[in-house]
Amino acid sequence: MDIRYSDDELAFRTEIKTGLAEIVWPELAAKVRAGSSLEKPEHDRFHAALNARGWLAGHWPTEHGGLGWDPVQRHIFDEELYAADAPRVVPFGLNMLAPVLMAFGSPEQQAYHLPRILSGEDWWCQGYSEPGAGSDLASLRTRAVQEGDSYIVNGQKTWTTLAQHANKIFCLVRTGTEGKPQEGISFLLMDMQAPGVTRRPIRTLDGGFEVNEVFFDNVRVPVADRVGAENAGWTIAKYLLNHERTNISLVGESTHALEQLKAQARQTRRRGQPLIKNPHFAARVIEIEADLEAHRITNLRMLSDAQRKGAPGPEVSMLKITGTRIRQAINDLARRGLGPAAAPFPSEALSGNAALAAPEHANAAARYFNNRKISIYGGSNEIQANILAKHVLDI
Amino acid sequence: MDFSPTPERQMVAESLSRLLAEHLDAERRRAIAYVAPWHDPTLWAHLCELGVPALLVPAEQGGFGGAGFDITTAFQPLGAALCTEPMLGHAMALAALVALDAPVSEDMVSGNSRYVLAIGEPDVPYGLDDLETTANRAGDGWQITGRKSVVAGAQSATHVLVAARHGDGGIGLFEVGADAIDLTAYGMVDGGGAAELFFDATAAHAISLEADAALTTALTAGLLALSAEAVGIAERLVDLTQDYLRTRQQFGRPIAKFQALQHRAVEMSLHLEQLRSITVRAAASFGTPDGPRHAAMAKLLVGRRGRLIAEEAIQLHGGIAVTWEAEVAHLAKRLVMIDAQLGDADWQSEMLAEALA
Repeated sequence: MDIRYSDDELAFRTEIKTGLAEIVWPELAAKVRAGSSLEKPEHDRFHAALNARGWLAGHWPTEHGGLGWDPVQRHIFDEELYAADAPRVVPFGLNMLAPVLMAFGSPEQQAYHLPRILSGEDWWCQGYSEPGAGSDLASLRTRAVQEGDSYIVNGQKTWTTLAQHANKIFCLVRTGTEGKPQEGISFLLMDMQAPGVTRRPIRTLDGGFEVNEVFFDNVRVPVADRVGAENAGWTIAKYLLNHERTNISLVGESTHALEQLKAQARQTRRRGQPLIKNPHFAARVIEIEADLEAHRITNLRMLSDAQRKGAPGPEVSMLKITGTRIRQAINDLARRGLGPAAAPFPSEALSGNAALAAPEHANAAARYFNNRKISIYGGSNEIQANILAKHVLDI
Repeated sequence: MDFSPTPERQMVAESLSRLLAEHLDAERRRAIAYVAPWHDPTLWAHLCELGVPALLVPAEQGGFGGAGFDITTAFQPLGAALCTEPMLGHAMALAALVALDAPVSEDMVSGNSRYVLAIGEPDVPYGLDDLETTANRAGDGWQITGRKSVVAGAQSATHVLVAARHGDGGIGLFEVGADAIDLTAYGMVDGGGAAELFFDATAAHAISLEADAALTTALTAGLLALSAEAVGIAERLVDLTQDYLRTRQQFGRPIAKFQALQHRAVEMSLHLEQLRSITVRAAASFGTPDGPRHAAMAKLLVGRRGRLIAEEAIQLHGGIAVTWEAEVAHLAKRLVMIDAQLGDADWQSEMLAEALA
């Protein structure tokens, strides 16, 4: 056993670190540190800068214009993104739709869509969940009825992240009612600007706007924009969810957030000394740190496994459960560490002499509440436990 | 032994709940709690007409209550309604004055004047021992210098009582008119308002130069009020979550049919029972030597178990609970943020542990 990174991997890390230092501009880093949401031009500029280096598609296979990074390289890149205070790459086109097109799309679909994802010309969002179909995704009811060489789509999607910026949406729609619910689902590529598509922002509990409802009222979609065969959408959906789960350990994000937490606890004074010296608080930090260290190795063990086998197995559901628990525990401790200073909202209401904490710490409560979502979305932790019970423990 | 409330308190609690249901439904609450002044002066007036401030004052000082169970009778319904009226600060100011046997004005008992008690500071958010704000003699009066931080309700107080250290090293209680204070007001993440209070040789009137014991009593009253508020919120979260489990259909059945979720609903109800009981314990002890210890225990459990109830309520509701429109979101936010007022769970357990040794 040798759990060290190889020399090549270490060199790769240095290359990424150096490059990101050139790409990430100071205002962007400050916004990311403060947990502020980014404007679309900021997303676009960062996206273009990564693309210029080829890193946007680093994990894509070379035949599709990528660099063919393996899971370990991809993980290193992810860690370095957080270390550089860079934003998360918006994943819907790049990490979710692209692998689907590579595996199930026609050559024409690949040739048309993949370059547009890289160029940023298309911003994709994901049309999966519906008000009545959350954990039970297969019960979705958005209908697509074929009429000539088009489908007519009616229904509603919800929790559509960043749909306010998107010009495209990939959707699971019902095309059949025979047999099991899973057997009548198709995967469609749709235009957000098409007549009959409307979106409504959903305000989240912390006051922010990142998710939306999307409504379809007799929206015409060319049959040619279906990916894979009719009624074969569930297979694609499962494939996509698996891809969504490959980067869910949150190791990079949590590592960075834990360092922020320690910095905060060094600055915060309690009973005449830094909070980090409070044994009660320090013990909580250490417990999270030990969990994160273990989780880091679990993640690398699974990445290394995926590197050999080619694809991750159902055991990656563990990464989601443990990863979100650790991330939420850090959020919780950051909020608690600030005490009453976490309560003012928005934290920008207190600036200059009136400020109670550094900008990168002040929004701790809002971030704690916002991150309750991570154990709910992308397959709730309860659904992940079902997957583990059925497919890993086999009980 | 009888755990049922007296008929009088039962009646007050019911009238209060009715009043709040009438004037503070969920939509109305969202409309006022997050916009300056982060409460509704009309609702404050209604609460005062009903006698809520007077309920917190003993008969000798012109009220009709002042016992531990009077505090919980008022604050549990206020919690259930997520009421952001600045009653906590007023209640603590009243408790301090009553403990000092200082005069309590009619306007204060009636609620025409809104008082707030300012103790916490940026580096000393909890407790009294390390306070840095100072009071110095200036002619016949006093001058206060320092900063009080995240003082809930101070944004719309007419009078501020300030805890400050004076030349003899003791902690005194001083009164300052709100107009004389340099104040930065803001809203809070869970609704309601607060302020930073900056004192720079600000003129003040001394109420007492030996206020440690009275401030401890005021803090005890505050912890009890917050614990009762938490019980009111937790009850609603537990109810809403059970209702949701019974009505939300996934996989062809109500999700309440899944045993894994049933057990989690049961855990939530166990936490709630602990909160109810420790709050009864603390209310019964208020005004006795065990009062501070039991109030600290109540606040400790509120911090720990309240958070678990809030987090589980969100998780079991799923995505809908992280939206602004969902009442469960606002209940959960308030229940979690109560921990950071007047000493969080870690602070309470440290205080209780020190008393062990």
